[in-house]
This record gives sequence, structure tokens and C-alpha cells, in this order.
Amino acid sequence: MFLNQFLLLAAVLFAIGVYGVLTRRNGVMVLMSIELILNAVNINLIAFGTHLSDPTGQAFALFVIAVAAAEVGVGLAIVLMLYRSRRSIDIDSVDQLKG
Amino acid sequence: MLDTAAVVGIENPAIDWHAFSPELVLVGLLAVLLLVDAFGGERSKWAMPSLTGIGLLVALVPVATLAYDGNVRSMFDGAFVVDNYALMFKALFLIAGYVVVLLSTNYIAEGDYWEGEYYQLLVASLLGMVVMASARDLISIFVALELLSIPAYMMAAWRKRDLGSEEAGMKYYLMGVFASALLLYGMSLLYGMAGSTLLVDIAESISGTEVPALVALAVVLVIVGFAFKVSAVPFHTWAPDTYEGAPTPVTAFLAVGSKAAGFVALMTVVLVGFGSQPQLFEPLIWALAAVTMVVGNLIALRQTNLVRMLAYSGVAQAGYMLAPLAVAGFAGSGASSAVEAISTYLVIYAAMNLGAFAVVIAVARKTGSAEISSMGGLFSYSPVLAVCMTIFMFSLAGIPPLAGWYGKLAIFLALIEPGSISGYVLAVIVGVSSVIALFYYARVTRVMWVDEVPDGDTTAIKVPVSISAALVITVAVTVVVGVVPQILAAVTGSESFLTLGG
Repeated sequence: MFLNQFLLLAAVLFAIGVYGVLTRRNGVMVLMSIELILNAVNINLIAFGTHLSDPTGQAFALFVIAVAAAEVGVGLAIVLMLYRSRRSIDIDSVDQLKG
Repeated sequence: MLDTAAVVGIENPAIDWHAFSPELVLVGLLAVLLLVDAFGGERSKWAMPSLTGIGLLVALVPVATLAYDGNVRSMFDGAFVVDNYALMFKALFLIAGYVVVLLSTNYIAEGDYWEGEYYQLLVASLLGMVVMASARDLISIFVALELLSIPAYMMAAWRKRDLGSEEAGMKYYLMGVFASALLLYGMSLLYGMAGSTLLVDIAESISGTEVPALVALAVVLVIVGFAFKVSAVPFHTWAPDTYEGAPTPVTAFLAVGSKAAGFVALMTVVLVGFGSQPQLFEPLIWALAAVTMVVGNLIALRQTNLVRMLAYSGVAQAGYMLAPLAVAGFAGSGASSAVEAISTYLVIYAAMNLGAFAVVIAVARKTGSAEISSMGGLFSYSPVLAVCMTIFMFSLAGIPPLAGWYGKLAIFLALIEPGSISGYVLAVIVGVSSVIALFYYARVTRVMWVDEVPDGDTTAIKVPVSISAALVITVAVTVVVGVVPQILAAVTGSESFLTLGG
């Protein structure tokens, strides 16, 4: 089986996603980067599930897709709310409170 | 009748409805709240907090009957387990949720916020926590974690158009989602290595002498994911901002419920799943615990805002609770005494922290501020509130005979019991940082008892009935557990508290 190729693809997507979350300052781009990580997770789960001939991996991937949709729904609502009050979705402009 | 399940070749799982009943009551409550909000019109708004409170108390009934029954119930091949550990945390979450409803009642009604939706989200989040207490499988842990987190993101941003609250919601959301993404990547690797999502199967598959490097990576990612949730240093940066910006009752909910749920998940995954390979998680958790205690307490020292101070104190307390996990792998009783210590501390922490937030909410009704200086002279005009706050501060600092000291004692015992150098060193760090912590807890007390009233306004604070009730519950737990700790020890120390290993 071609398990390694799938795992490598997932690892690359994961790395790009983490890099994006840490460096991008645009709210929507950060959300996209998080989606990349979640898709890396899905590739992993489905590749492992197929390799092990075990349906649990695919079931897990379905759960991840459903929950990710709910998460992004809330995330976009929060970004929209920020845009309405600040006219910007740069997450560095959100600095009222001292970290 | 044609049995579809038999045709496709799967067996219908046996469902034990009694074991599920606390969750079912919460789902029913959620449906009732939705319907009342949708069809009740404006007149029904006042009924929302009462309905929620009653519903949460009703959900405690099946928890009590299950505890009385005493059998360990396991469903779906062991993905959902109801044992004493699960029941105690279900009770803790439901009671903490009830206290949060009491704290929210006036705040949400007077602030002209969205009342119906607020209580629906609160119940949804509590449902996630209650499921988390029973989850023993990667999928159910993940779903429970998201069910408790997603409503909490929205609740943190509840004061719409308030820049601070929006910022609180956004920071909490980004950090939380990033953490669950890391956690999921770790879980996907664990599933691939073990071939199963059940924690007991994972424990069995990694119990050999040689552990693949990918498992080590997976364990690190999973622990880091939960470290965000319990706000351990260096993954704590969201906590102070979110706590300060969010509405104060929501802050109390995040600081107690969300953190406790994170700890429950961390304990279950680490001890049930990785317990046989302590070298994988102990060094990482040791470092996290030590840094969390020291940094949390040192930064808390220079806070001027009471809510921010409580946030950093919560970070430091998370360090105390992580500490026993760092020595939990030493053969035999290490794991069970760690579970006992952490569970004990979580219950006590919930009571004293909710109480402290109750006082902050009550005082802010008059002063409109959460600065420590605004508490000046509280004793001269509202002595009862000042005495309550003193009790909570001294309990957080760990002074006998209040509950906090018993929690600290349990943690010391769990650290010393394995007799390892790392345990002793960690115990010393707990001791030293507790002394540092005494300074900032005592400072709040001094401001209340000694300082002048800042604006000279000494009219007594009118404390609403619901906040008084919350104070009575939290003071009672803080004092009673401190004086008679056997009550709590009887539960956490009971046989088969958490079934470990496979």
C-alpha cells in the first residue's frame, strides 16, 4: 500500500497549516490554515483506516468534517463581528487587553 | 420485520438508558429552552434562568441514582464508561453549572444581552463536559471537547460591540481551535499506530518495550493540545485576556468548568491510554507543571486587576494540578494517588474559584470595576462580602482549616509517595510557589480590610438573592471540605474510582 505517501502529504499539509497559523495576521487566512491542519488529520485518518481495513478511521474523519464546519461557522461569525467594529480583520489590531 | 442492522452485518449496540440519563435530561432541557425561547415571546425571558437551574438539578437525580446503584457501566465496547470517577465529575459539572446560572441571572438580564441563547449555549457546553467525564475513546473525547468549547467561544464574545469582549472571544477561539487541531493530528497518529480509538486498546498496543517514534510525537501533540485547554504555561497566553474581556459569569464558567473538563480529559487519556509508558509523558508534564506554577504565580504578583489576577492564579493552580501527573507512572499506586489528588483539588478549586468570582460580580455591581483598588474598605460597608472573599483568598492560598489546604496536602502526598527525586523536587516547587502566591492573595485581603474606600461611597452593596445563594453554596463547600475532608476523600479514594489500563 501507499501509506507513506499519504502520511507525508498529511505531514506537509500539517506543517504548512501550523506555519500559516503562526505567521499570518489576516483572520480569514488563519482560519484557512487551521482548515489545512484539519484536512491533514482527515487524510491521516482515512489512509490509516484503509491500511488497517478498519472503518473507524473513516467514521472519525466524518466527525472531524462535521465539527470543523461548526467551528468555522463560529470563527467566521467572530471575524465578521471584529470587522464590523474595527473595519479590519488584522488580528494584530485586536490589542485592547495586554497579553 | 426485516432487521436492517443484521442485513448489513453489524450488531446493534446494547444501550443502557439509565447510564445515559444525565445526558438525556440535559438534551431534553436544551429542547425545552429552545421551544420556550422560540414560542414564549418576551414574557418568557425571565423564566430562562429558573428553567435552566431546575433542569440542571433534575439532571443530578440520575447521577445520584447511578452512584447509589454503584455498578460500573460500560457501553459501546468501553467508549462510554460510567464509574465513580465519571459520576463525581458529572456532579461537579452540573453543580458548577448551577452556580454559574445563579451568577448569570442578574448580569445577563440587566445587561440586556441575549438571554435565551445564553442559557442554551451554557447547557450545550455543560452537556459536552458531562459526556467528557464518561468518554474513554478518542472520538468521544474529541466530540465532547468540541461540544463544550464551541458554545464557550460564543459566550466569551457575548457582549457584542464591546471591544474587550470581542477580543476575548477571538483570542479564545483562535487558541482553542489551533489547540484542537494539534490534538486531532496527535489523535490521528495514535489511531494509526494502535489501530483503534479506544483508550484501553491504545494502552495495550503501546505496552511493549519498543515504542515507535510516531507514538511519542502523538503523545506530545495530545498533551500540548490539552495544555492549551487547562491554560498551562507556555500555552496560557489567551487566558488572562479572555478572562478580563469576557462577561464575568462566563469567566467563572471558563475558569472552573472548561478547565476542569480539560483536566478530566487529560487525566483519562494520559493514565488510561499512556499509563504503561511513563517515560513518554512524565518529563513533558513535569516541565509544564514546574514552569506553570512558577510563571503563573510570579506574573499574578504584579496584577492590578482582580480578574486578571484570578486568571494568573488559575494558571498557577493548573500547575499544582498537573504536578501529580508527572509522577503518576511509578508502578502501582502512583497513578491512583495522582487521580485522587487531582480530582480532590478540582472539586475544591471549583468551589473556591466560583466563590471568588461571585464576590467580584457582587462588588462590580456597585463599583463597576474589577480593579483590586476598587475593593478598598469593603469590610466597612459590606462585611459579609469581605469575609466571604477572605475565606476564598485564604483557601486559594492553602491556609488551614479551609478546603484549599487539604487539596494542597493531597497533591504533596501524591508527589512524595513514589519516593522519586523528580517527585521531591516538584513538591519543593509547589511549596515555594505557594508561598509566593500567599503575597497576592493576602494583598487583596489587606485592601478589603485596611484600605480606605476609594470614592468615599459607603452605602452597602445590595446582593441579589441568586448571588447570595451562590455564595452560600461555595462558602459551605470551602469550609466543610476543609474541616471534614473525609467526605471528599471517601469519594475520590474509593475502590475502582477510575479503571486504569486494559
